[in-house]
Amino acid sequence: MSQVRIPPVLRRHVDGAKQVEASGATVGELVDDLIGRYPGLADQLRADDGGLHRFVNVYLNGRDVRYLDGLQTPVGENDALVILPAMAGGNVA
Amino acid sequence: MSDRGARLGEVTPAEAAELIDRGAALIDTREQHEWRSGHLPGATLVPPAEVMPRIREVLPDRDRPVVVYCASGVRSLFAARQMAALGYRDVVSMAGGIIAWRGEGRPVAMPSGAPAVVNNPRYSRHLVMEEVGPEGQARLAQAKVLVIGAGGLGSPALLYLAAAGVGTIGIVDFDVVEISNLQRQVVHADDRVGMKKTESAARSIRALNPDTRVVRHTEMLTADSVDRLIDGYDVVLDGTDTFETRYWLNDAAVRAAIPVVHASVFRFEGQLTVFVPFEGPCYRCLYPTPPPPELAPGCSVAGVLGVVPGVMGLLQATETVKLILGIGDPLVGRLLVWDALDASFSELTLQRDPRCPACGAGAGDAQRSEREAVSA
Repeated sequence: MSQVRIPPVLRRHVDGAKQVEASGATVGELVDDLIGRYPGLADQLRADDGGLHRFVNVYLNGRDVRYLDGLQTPVGENDALVILPAMAGGNVA
Repeated sequence: MSDRGARLGEVTPAEAAELIDRGAALIDTREQHEWRSGHLPGATLVPPAEVMPRIREVLPDRDRPVVVYCASGVRSLFAARQMAALGYRDVVSMAGGIIAWRGEGRPVAMPSGAPAVVNNPRYSRHLVMEEVGPEGQARLAQAKVLVIGAGGLGSPALLYLAAAGVGTIGIVDFDVVEISNLQRQVVHADDRVGMKKTESAARSIRALNPDTRVVRHTEMLTADSVDRLIDGYDVVLDGTDTFETRYWLNDAAVRAAIPVVHASVFRFEGQLTVFVPFEGPCYRCLYPTPPPPELAPGCSVAGVLGVVPGVMGLLQATETVKLILGIGDPLVGRLLVWDALDASFSELTLQRDPRCPACGAGAGDAQRSEREAVSA
C-alpha cells in the first residue's frame, strides 16, 4: 500500500481524509485503485482520454510524474504520492 | 552593551556621541570598502595597517581626546592601545563599533554620491545586516513592485514591502472594501468599508512609510491591460483570485521577463512558488490549462482561515525582498505547501516544460522575436 496525500479541494470526495491508502505497481494502477475506492474522484482526476486532467499534477516522492514515466511510473511499497490540482484562491472578496 | 562599554578603554555609542560633541577627534579604523558603505559623521579613515605609520600625521595633537571605532569594536580596541603606546593620552574605543551605532539609530554619513536612504534610522535593523546594508537598502528604495490584488495575500505583503523601504509599490485592484474582507485583509480598516481598495491600501502605506511611492491602478487586470500594468516593474506579487487572471499575468510576465511571486490559499492550506521566466518553470508549465469552474471551488465558497493568506502573503513579501536584494535561494522550481492544521511545510519539485506554450523553447523564441520586432 502507498500513501496518497489528498489536497483540501478534493477531501470532500474521501470523507475528509488528508491521506488515504491505495495500491498499484504504477501510478496509473494506483490512481485506478484510488478511484475504485472513492468514485467521487473520477471526474476530478481522469480526463476523457483516460489520462490525468492537465490541471491535476501527481508527485511521486516530491517529483512530478509527467517528468518521470507518467502513469507508467513504477510505484514502490513505501512511496508517497501527492495529488495537486491547480488552486484558485488568492485575493477573495 | 553597557557591560562591554565598562571595559577599560571602551565607551558606549552614547558616550562616544557625547565625546564627539565635546570636540573629541574621531578615527575610523576599517578598510576602504567598509568606509564606502557609510561612516560616522566627521570621522577620518585610518585603516588598521596605517595606524602606526600615519596616525601622528593625521592627529598631531596627542593631548586631544580621541574616539576610535571599527565595524564591531575589535580592531578599534587594538588601534586605541597602539595609539596609547604612541603617547596619545585620552583614547577610547567605541564598543560594538558602527554596527552598534547604527543599531541605536544614530546618524551615518555616506561618502559623496551615495543615496540618502542609508542615513535613515527607520532602516537601522536592515543596515546593520551585511546581507542588506546600505547597498541593499538603496536597492530596495529603487525597486518597483507590483501587487496584484489588495486582498488576503496582498494586505500583509503591501504593509511589509512598504515597511522594508520598497521605493515604488503599484497596486492593481478595482474592488471596494467590504466588511467580510476584514477577517484577513489587514491593510484596510473598519471605517473604510465602501472605499476603493487601492485608496484604502495607499492610506495605510502612507501612514506606515511615507517614503514609499504608491501607484494606484484602480482597474481590472484583463488580457488587454496586463502588459501595460506590469510594464516597468521589477517583481510582480500575484494575489489574484481567478484562473483567468493568473494565466494572463503569467503569459505577460514571461513576455516581459518579470519574476512573479505566486501564492494561493484554500481553507487551512497555502502554496507558494516563484516563477522566474526562463530560469524556472512558469505557471503554464505547471498547469497548462485551468480547471473547469465546476471542479474548482474558490475561497468564497470553501472559506479560508484568516491567518493563512496572512502567512502566505508574508512569505511572498519575503521572496520578493530576496529577489530585490539578490540573497538566499529563491523558491524557483520548488513549490512550498503549508498545512496550518498540521503546522507542517512540505516541498515539491517543479520543472520547466520544454513544450510549454508560454515559456518553452519555441514560445520563448517567438516571444523574443516579437519583442525585438516591436522595439525595432
